[in-house]
Amino acid sequence: MPILTSLLAGLVFGLGLILSGMADPAKVLGFLDLAGPWDPSLALVMAGAIAVGLVAFALASRRETTLLGLSLKLPAARHIDRRLVGGSLLFGAGWGLAGFCPGPALVALGMGEIKAMAFVAAMLAGMGLFELLERRGKA
Amino acid sequence: MNIDWNAFTPLASLAGGALIGLAAALFVLFNGRIAGISGVLGGLLRPARGDVGWRVAFVLGLVGAPAVYALFTAVPAPRIVAGWVALIVAGLLVGVGTRYGAGCTSGHGVCGLSRLSPRSLVATLTFMGAGFVTVFVLRHLVGI
Repeated sequence: MPILTSLLAGLVFGLGLILSGMADPAKVLGFLDLAGPWDPSLALVMAGAIAVGLVAFALASRRETTLLGLSLKLPAARHIDRRLVGGSLLFGAGWGLAGFCPGPALVALGMGEIKAMAFVAAMLAGMGLFELLERRGKA
Repeated sequence: MNIDWNAFTPLASLAGGALIGLAAALFVLFNGRIAGISGVLGGLLRPARGDVGWRVAFVLGLVGAPAVYALFTAVPAPRIVAGWVALIVAGLLVGVGTRYGAGCTSGHGVCGLSRLSPRSLVATLTFMGAGFVTVFVLRHLVGI
């Protein structure tokens, strides 16, 4: 059952990305281009998502288990450190470079876009590099 | 700052955003997890028993979304303006950055802010800022 709900969540997420235009890098870049003709759409996408999310997470925080009886695995980290800020800076730079972040890239991959495949491959390589660096650091 | 009224789609944005919120809601209320896509993907690179199935399912849902969307209406073609080198560099930056930063627009932006997490607020403001600066430099200083 959790596999099905996970599939459903991914699907609904993807549908939302397509409907909102967030799977279109040019539209995302239109929001990130403050000095150019500015498209505020992304801000409203976030607003719509967070409006629903606030309710959902408030409900979840009151529960011991999920509706399927599973344990809640929500991140407990609270510290703000160089990894968080440095990583976010790198991510934002990459995002501004191509207008893709992980979700939209996967959706575009599902549309058969070759350029999205290149981005996803590079993204996985970047994640793999992170894994390597982490393991070496702990060796 | 001039608003691009031709491009601005307030209703589709809110509706699509609500769907994204619904997805996050489903995921936390049923699976008990944050719908943070960089984390879902990243975990596949260190596979642990019992931890792979739901990740693959979520990714398949995302990848399969266009096909389902197409059952209802035409899927708008994405406009990928970046060149091949930019795509590769961007992918590497996003891959490394989301893992060090422990999240992306879905994990920190949607879920983290919905949880009122100060950590996610810092992350979101930081990657948004970096995005704004990067586009400004590329489009208005370098001129690409």
